[in-house]
Amino acid sequence: MTHTFAVLTVLAYFASMGLYLRFLFSGKELTGRLATLLMFLGLVAHYLALLMRARGTHTVPYHDLQGSMVLFGWLLAVTYLCLEIYHKQRTVGGFVLPVILVFFLAAYLVPDHSNTPTTVHGVVFALHVTLSILAYAAFALSCVLSLIYLAEERVLRMRRLGEVVWRLPPLELLERMSHTSVLVGLVTIAVGTSLGFLTVDRQLATEHYSYFDPKYVFTLFVLALYAIYFRLARTAAWRGARASKLCVFNFVLVVVNFAVINIYFSQHHRYF
Amino acid sequence: MEIVLVGLNFRTAPVEVREKVSFSHEQALRASEELRARGILEETLVLSTCNRSEVYGVHPVGNRESAAALSSYLSNFHHVHPEQLNPSLYHHYDHDVVRHLFRVSAGLESMLLGEAEILGQVREAYLRAHEDHVTGPVLNRLFQAALEVGKRVRSETELGMRPMGVASAGMKLAERIFGKLNDRSALVLGAGTISEQVVSQLRDRNIKNLYLSNRSGEKAEEFAKQYAGTVIEWGEWDTALRLPDVIVSAVGVQEPLLTKSLIEKAMAARGNRALFLMDLGLPRNIAPAVAELYNTYLYTMDDLTEIVQQNRNARQSEVPKAEALVEEHVGKFISWQASVELIGVLDTLRDSLKERRAAFLQEKFAGTNRFSPEDREHLGVLMDELVERLLIAPAERLRTEKEFRKKIQSLEAIRELYLSDRGKP
Repeated sequence: MTHTFAVLTVLAYFASMGLYLRFLFSGKELTGRLATLLMFLGLVAHYLALLMRARGTHTVPYHDLQGSMVLFGWLLAVTYLCLEIYHKQRTVGGFVLPVILVFFLAAYLVPDHSNTPTTVHGVVFALHVTLSILAYAAFALSCVLSLIYLAEERVLRMRRLGEVVWRLPPLELLERMSHTSVLVGLVTIAVGTSLGFLTVDRQLATEHYSYFDPKYVFTLFVLALYAIYFRLARTAAWRGARASKLCVFNFVLVVVNFAVINIYFSQHHRYF
Repeated sequence: MEIVLVGLNFRTAPVEVREKVSFSHEQALRASEELRARGILEETLVLSTCNRSEVYGVHPVGNRESAAALSSYLSNFHHVHPEQLNPSLYHHYDHDVVRHLFRVSAGLESMLLGEAEILGQVREAYLRAHEDHVTGPVLNRLFQAALEVGKRVRSETELGMRPMGVASAGMKLAERIFGKLNDRSALVLGAGTISEQVVSQLRDRNIKNLYLSNRSGEKAEEFAKQYAGTVIEWGEWDTALRLPDVIVSAVGVQEPLLTKSLIEKAMAARGNRALFLMDLGLPRNIAPAVAELYNTYLYTMDDLTEIVQQNRNARQSEVPKAEALVEEHVGKFISWQASVELIGVLDTLRDSLKERRAAFLQEKFAGTNRFSPEDREHLGVLMDELVERLLIAPAERLRTEKEFRKKIQSLEAIRELYLSDRGKP
């Protein structure tokens, strides 16, 4: 059953991506609406795949790398769809869906780590993990938006306009979308990290847990950098391309946090 | 039911002739009513824009006659000698009229390929004629279909998508940066024709603040009054340049008017918010080094002309798609027209058969007393029923099966078979 939903998810996302790209070139409203509809259907299938997977492994989906990646992809899709509805802008979908698909497909290609022992449980812990992954998804989205901004800004400044530039969102809208996305990331990572401390508090009573996990230090560093971005993006010296470059740089650190710190330095944050 | 069109456009007539043959709304109404009153046309619609004047009509008699009468009427109505007018006029009939009008509303017959204004002009002409009750079922259907074609071409192709003029290309570029311009400010330097085009584009986009500056203060005042702008003293650059998000310059200067240092200062004053500059002057009004400044986007006349050229080519490549849509709707209209004509033909056929039945029975009953009046009446009713049965089944097939109708090709065949001794319906 999990497999069926996974296949349905991939099919819906691929079809949606095709339609989003077609919409980017044709601008036909119906194509755009169909793309959004398929994205939504993909999201439902994606959720069911997650649910089935959790039932199959008798645990929440973030106790292994696969689950974490699938959840990341799903939250990225949710964040994108909310952003699309909020800003009434569809032309970015064709750039976000490949990222979602890469994470979703990669999750099924990486070796199975589902036997990793779990040490912590509970609602607070679940919220801590979900909000942290949602923050990563929001930051990923802001990175994609910033990359589009940089490409469009370059094309406009170089005065070498192609076909697509007439379809992309205006630069200022891309900036606003990126800010919204970072704001979502900042709030969720702040709440998620606080809940993480609470979880540790609870675990300290029963087990040997430490506050000084390198993951916490690095996460607080990333949080500070995004807060700086949020502030700088509104200043004279940084608004525009410079802020977008900073946003991309910040996401590189998120990836380092996710991939390097988790795996090699953290004791309690292997997959989130 | 025959459709006829007589008209002229920018391809067939120079502006001196076009301006003589253009119609105001009142003239269009008067002409339509006169054409109907004189029996030249049954339904009429006048489409008059700066690039074309066309009279569409429906007439029951041979349409080539009505076209000649229309040409003559146009010549008299506008007091233009036929020798001057006739070489500029084109005449279209039936399917060619349909195709022509659909191409017009699609923007395929426009001077600026794919321009959007023509669809609005066709809509306006139709609504006015409809309100004036000078159109009928045929022209109503024709113009409604034309509006649908126009809409489809605009939504399903990129024919009207990209800007085709330097001023509109510049505005589209500004929208790439800021989005909608209705909460933005713009400064236009100069009060010549090109500045006026830009100002008009800005006003079309409901620009929030429009600042105007010109060497001649008087002209600037006049310009500002016309377009509801605010005049800024010529040379007051420190104040003038910090306000707008869009700067357009089209003045005659020997040295660049807006230097890098001036813009740099303005950018610092406006907190480095993005600034879009259009240099439409020759020699250039804005120093090229301004493009190096952070968050500035500088486009010269050459850049914009190149974009317009690219857009022209792109629009040209959309023509086959638009033509395919036009042909699809021409086919639909012809099919509708045939079904309407068919109903007319069948009505006449029914009447003819009934008359023949009556004559046949009268002939057979003559000289015999075998049937009572009731029997005779009953036989008449039965024969009428037979005629209906024989007629209705094939008629229904003809009405509903498009392919079958195509096989017949022309209703003239049916007319000749059954109605050779009668006039057309």
